Amino acid sequence: MTFLEKYKDEIADILSRYPVMRSALIPLLYVAQRDQGYVTESAMQEIAHLLRLTPPQVYETITFYTMFNLKPVGKFHIQVCKSLMCALVGSDTVIEWINVKLGIASGESTADGLFSLSVVECLAACGTGPMMQINEDYYEQLTEGKLDRILADLRSTGTSPLKSGPFMWPEPTPAERAREA
Amino acid sequence: MPKHELILLKNMMQPGYTGSLTDYEKTGGYQALRNTLGKIAPADVTTIVRKSGLRGRGGAGFPTGVKWGFLPKDYQGPRYLCCNADESEPGTFKDRQLMERDPHQVLEGIVLACYAIGSETAYIYIRGEMVLGSKILEQAIGEARVAGYIGKNILGTGINVDVWVHRGAGAYICGEETALLESLEGKRGLPRIKPPFPATHGLYNKPTVVNNVETLANLPHIITRGPEWFAAIGSPPKSTGTRVFCVSGHVKRPGNYEVPMGMTVRELVYEYAGGMRSDKPMKAFIPGGASAPFLTPAHLDVKLDFEHVAAAGSMLGSGGVTVMEEGTSMVWAALRLMEFFYHESCGKCSPCREGSSWLVQTMRRIFAKRGRMEDLETLLDLCKNIAGRTVCAFGDAEVAPIQSTLKHWRHEYVELINQAEAANLIRPEPVGRH
Repeated sequence: MTFLEKYKDEIADILSRYPVMRSALIPLLYVAQRDQGYVTESAMQEIAHLLRLTPPQVYETITFYTMFNLKPVGKFHIQVCKSLMCALVGSDTVIEWINVKLGIASGESTADGLFSLSVVECLAACGTGPMMQINEDYYEQLTEGKLDRILADLRSTGTSPLKSGPFMWPEPTPAERAREA
Repeated sequence: MPKHELILLKNMMQPGYTGSLTDYEKTGGYQALRNTLGKIAPADVTTIVRKSGLRGRGGAGFPTGVKWGFLPKDYQGPRYLCCNADESEPGTFKDRQLMERDPHQVLEGIVLACYAIGSETAYIYIRGEMVLGSKILEQAIGEARVAGYIGKNILGTGINVDVWVHRGAGAYICGEETALLESLEGKRGLPRIKPPFPATHGLYNKPTVVNNVETLANLPHIITRGPEWFAAIGSPPKSTGTRVFCVSGHVKRPGNYEVPMGMTVRELVYEYAGGMRSDKPMKAFIPGGASAPFLTPAHLDVKLDFEHVAAAGSMLGSGGVTVMEEGTSMVWAALRLMEFFYHESCGKCSPCREGSSWLVQTMRRIFAKRGRMEDLETLLDLCKNIAGRTVCAFGDAEVAPIQSTLKHWRHEYVELINQAEAANLIRPEPVGRH
């Protein structure tokens, strides 16, 4: 089954949101990436055909954005923020821990294909650094113990309860809550 | 802790508040919408917002009502509202909290803005990494659609507003409004040459308004409580209302604090954020995100409003306040930010594309103690030739960390270079982009 057939309904829903078809390009690339873990050339060609774009128009767009993978990555893609605000509170140390614990540098994957590491720029969690994103989830206020637990959780269950929920920091104290109630 | 009234963060401070439609309605949510649609003329809504003095919370601080007023009055075709939820300025993490904890407050603001400008379609352009935020918004939109606050014939008034979440895909520049529009059109996020402005030629070349999340979240409150109430908060007449300041770096209690504009940095850092995290005193702070020039403890009594921060030689920007303690190398800090800007330069304008590469290489050389004294002149010369010579404000932003650290801490650069010269470590650097 082709990519377009497999996600027919979802694609139709996406297309219905925009008066100009090309706007659906990035959302469709996300669907393709979810399917394979990266965007395949055949998916790009199908999307180009659907949106009546040339393949280079799709390619020039996809290569502008850092969140699209053009080749396979590990099952868990770890992205650690290294921008100034996180660096002030120890993101370089977090990167070193991961380097040692998983034996991979930025841009590499573990031999079992489980983990990939990328060192990235700001992810908008500056008050709760050091932080990292793994696939779709944020993990904040990292310590070595927390990192160990997250990696162990991911290995054993594929997810971790330490991921961030709806964001609020600082958590208000009971007294502060009472004052606003 | 708050000694003043919270506006935007008030709901989420309530015990057990989940951000659901029921919770939001219980706090008086969507009353502004009920009292406005079909009851106040759209042009009057714009007047109310203009009177409130509300200015954009994304960074540039342009008056919101004035921006809306630029839309052509007699244009018959579609118009668009884009909610800028790209939140990519390092040091800023407030929109994430507003969207994830109280999404309906943002949605109500979006529908009110659409009503005022006559738009039937709004896109929330949210940064791609915030997957949770986009899911929460999608769910909230679903709830609001069922309740009749979004969609066709809202509350039986005959007014239609559709709201869609559109995820970005990891590009700082897409927070710039015209780059955002290009990206939303499915293209590379390259800023457009202005004029024409989005007000006349925006999304799909149609009249468009781009407003930040926090800006829009203020609207229900301004409508309900009146422009005079809002205009009396903060530092009137030019900086009205509160700001959600994002405090990060070497403080005890980093996080989001909503305070009236005009509060001093000292109060925000030492009373709200708990002061410095250790015995080390403050060495430097950035008042408004990575694009804002560094300031020193001598500026602690500067009021956090648009005018006073600008007068101190920096900018209020996105409200991201980053604090650095004594012992932090300012050359290192500027280099970190320069690496960010080098990575994020979109490549459209030569001064920025080539200049950011040159700047980052020169900074790396100095920090690695391989610098030469003439590098300092090179840095300043490059900065001068980038700022103001690019299509968007990125050029001005990327030179801010270097120019300001060179202004206040030039001796740190000189010291590193002296060490290089003493150790005879000056080596020719490989040239070229890396």
